[in-house]
Amino acid sequence: MISIKNLHAEVEGNKILKGLNLEVKAGEVHAIMGPNGSGKSTLASVLAGNEAYEVTEGSVDFDGADLLDLDVDERAKEGMFLAFQYPVEIPGVSNINFLKAALNEKRAHQGLEPIKAKDFLALVQEKSELVELAGKLKNRSVNEGFSGGEKKRNEIFQMAMLDPKFAILDETDSGLDIDALKVVSHGVNSMRSPERAFLVITHYQRLLDYIVPDFVHVLYNGKIIKTGPKELALELEEKGYDWLIEETV
Amino acid sequence: MAYEGDELLEEVTKKEYEFGFVTDIESDKIPNGLNEDVIRLISSKKDEPKWLLDWRLDAFKSWKEMTEPEWAHVHYAKPDFQAISYYSAPKQKVLLDSLDDVDPELRKTMDKLGISTEEQKRLQGVAVDFVMDSVSVATSFKEKLGELGIIFMSISEAVKQHPELVRKYIGSVVPQKDNFYAALNSAVFTDGSFCYIPKGVRCPMELSTYFRINEAGTGQFERTLLIADEGSHVSYLEGCTAPQRDENQLHAAVVELVALDDAEIKYSTVQNWYPGDATGKGGIFNFVTKRGICEKNAKISWTQVETGSAVTWKYPSCILKGDNSVGEFYSVAVTNNYQQADTGTKMIHIGKNTKSTIISKGISAGKSQNSYRGLVQINKSADNARNFSQCDSLLMTDTSGAHTFPYIEVNNHTAKVEHEATTSKIGEEQLFYCKQRGLNEEKAISMIVNGYAKDVLNKLPMEFAVEAQKLLAISLEGSVG
Ligand SMILES: Nc1ncnc2c1ncn2[C@@H]1O[C@H](COP(=O)(O)OP(=O)(O)O)[C@@H](O)[C@H]1O
Ligand SMILES: [Mg+2]
Repeated sequence: MISIKNLHAEVEGNKILKGLNLEVKAGEVHAIMGPNGSGKSTLASVLAGNEAYEVTEGSVDFDGADLLDLDVDERAKEGMFLAFQYPVEIPGVSNINFLKAALNEKRAHQGLEPIKAKDFLALVQEKSELVELAGKLKNRSVNEGFSGGEKKRNEIFQMAMLDPKFAILDETDSGLDIDALKVVSHGVNSMRSPERAFLVITHYQRLLDYIVPDFVHVLYNGKIIKTGPKELALELEEKGYDWLIEETV
Repeated sequence: MAYEGDELLEEVTKKEYEFGFVTDIESDKIPNGLNEDVIRLISSKKDEPKWLLDWRLDAFKSWKEMTEPEWAHVHYAKPDFQAISYYSAPKQKVLLDSLDDVDPELRKTMDKLGISTEEQKRLQGVAVDFVMDSVSVATSFKEKLGELGIIFMSISEAVKQHPELVRKYIGSVVPQKDNFYAALNSAVFTDGSFCYIPKGVRCPMELSTYFRINEAGTGQFERTLLIADEGSHVSYLEGCTAPQRDENQLHAAVVELVALDDAEIKYSTVQNWYPGDATGKGGIFNFVTKRGICEKNAKISWTQVETGSAVTWKYPSCILKGDNSVGEFYSVAVTNNYQQADTGTKMIHIGKNTKSTIISKGISAGKSQNSYRGLVQINKSADNARNFSQCDSLLMTDTSGAHTFPYIEVNNHTAKVEHEATTSKIGEEQLFYCKQRGLNEEKAISMIVNGYAKDVLNKLPMEFAVEAQKLLAISLEGSVG
């Protein structure tokens, strides 16, 4: 699905990613953990194509395409989705109209007609139930006045609506209480399929009790310093990161 | 003025010699320059009554004493008022044989706006089949309006057919000497519309529809007079989303609205005059005086979407004279490239319990300058007056400018005046978020900007709201930086 080789990226002259390698196959769930500031969100931004970050070295293959050659919206239409750590507010743009426009862009890219109003509403109904998104939030401006938890649910709702093949979840668990965490995890789990892959970025092992990963990677100082099975997360929970960091230096 | 006293005198005497007092001139266009005789000539060509000629001359006298205002936040080469011809016969549009003769750039824009081929032909002066639908539609509109006693015609026609109404109200809201451009307009106006809604009548249609079909010719010195008699109601739309070119660089229109007791006027404008090329050359200067007066319980609501012109100077205002009267101003002003706009409103509270609302959304792109200038004046007599103002500015680039000049004068301690202002740069993060969901840059900008301007666009009549949205997007294409 996605193959990252020797990825180097910087922002405003600061080198953040320093030779990152990662291979994610269809059907897999990979977790990325690591201390604050290690470059997790940077990786997500670079994969999604944020122009604020400059890729200075390396390559990314996305299902046979040169990912780094595609514009942000092209990547999205090819099936890349990023659930943001800090979703922005877009005043005056209704959540539902926004999603409809996004969905239709993707459909156009696939050579499909715009979705019929009736089908769209049915889809909205189905997917919002999945993450228990309150009805009122659908018609409000995108993320405006949403609580932290509502924003995260809205991200997962959008993901479910857009049906991506590769989804990056950037600290979707942060700021969620345990009930919300269960709801969000349920949403993600119900989307797991042999055709889809997930990159789950998290700070806490807690999320991985609910979204059980196939692999756990530790990102530190712009590189993956350790990869292991799901049990690695438990070990990290117990021992912290220091022992790993000491190993690498 | 560009002319020194002596030169002017010479000019006047020369012109006098040239024209004498002759009224019977064959030519459609009179030579350049402005003096009393030119005004007499205009008036006589239009077969006007003496009172109107005197009124014009009066305006001209004041204008000569006035100087072009300098306070607006705009810079431009001052027009040479003696280099303009002040009269040409009702403009005959150049008739083209087919749309293929129209500038392809212009066509592209009109296509994007979703303007039908028929409409495009009409707007660009392409010969159309006489059986065109709209002709009969217009006729039936006219009949319907006539049945209700609504008068809607050119102001020249109104001077002849309804002199008592015109004489009573012209200059009653914008006096001849009000300001430099209004005085000039009063002296030389030739085109414009007149509208009267009788007592208690609710105009059953947007006058826009009619207006668009009949396109009353947008002249250089247009004058509009709209009177809503007691308890009547009207929604009027001027302008057009299609880009408008004009050989005249200077436009100085005057619009006067009179809302008598319990009447309501909703006046919407979409202004898309040619803004000049990307370097700012050749655009139109638009210096407009728009003002309405509200009697008891009356309401005037101005909504404007301004995207065109090289220089805009425009402050649609309300005089809230009657008790309980209401004034509203909703504006979206977009400037791009080298455009300059200085626009806003004045709300003058005189009556008790008067209320005004101002919502202004400026959007500046390129190297443009966009200023909001607003006055809220609460007079001594205006007990319990209320005003709410919200002035937002959105910057699309680092090289554009947004300025807010709010003037608040409160002379009655029971008044409540609230002013909020924000300036923001279009968010890279917002753009990234939209694009990550699959919207390309153009669509992302359009979505964000239209969201930003939504509170104002919502006030437009439905049919125009959609066009205005597209217009905003087109005006800002490729403008983030
Ligand atoms: N836009 C930016 N401008 C400057 N520095 C940045 C920017 N984004 C991230 N950084 C820096 O890059 C490093 C990694 O940040 P980030 O990827 O957000 O880490 P994480 O998500 O792992 O906490 C941090 O030191 C952060 O300060
Ligand atoms: Mg982060």
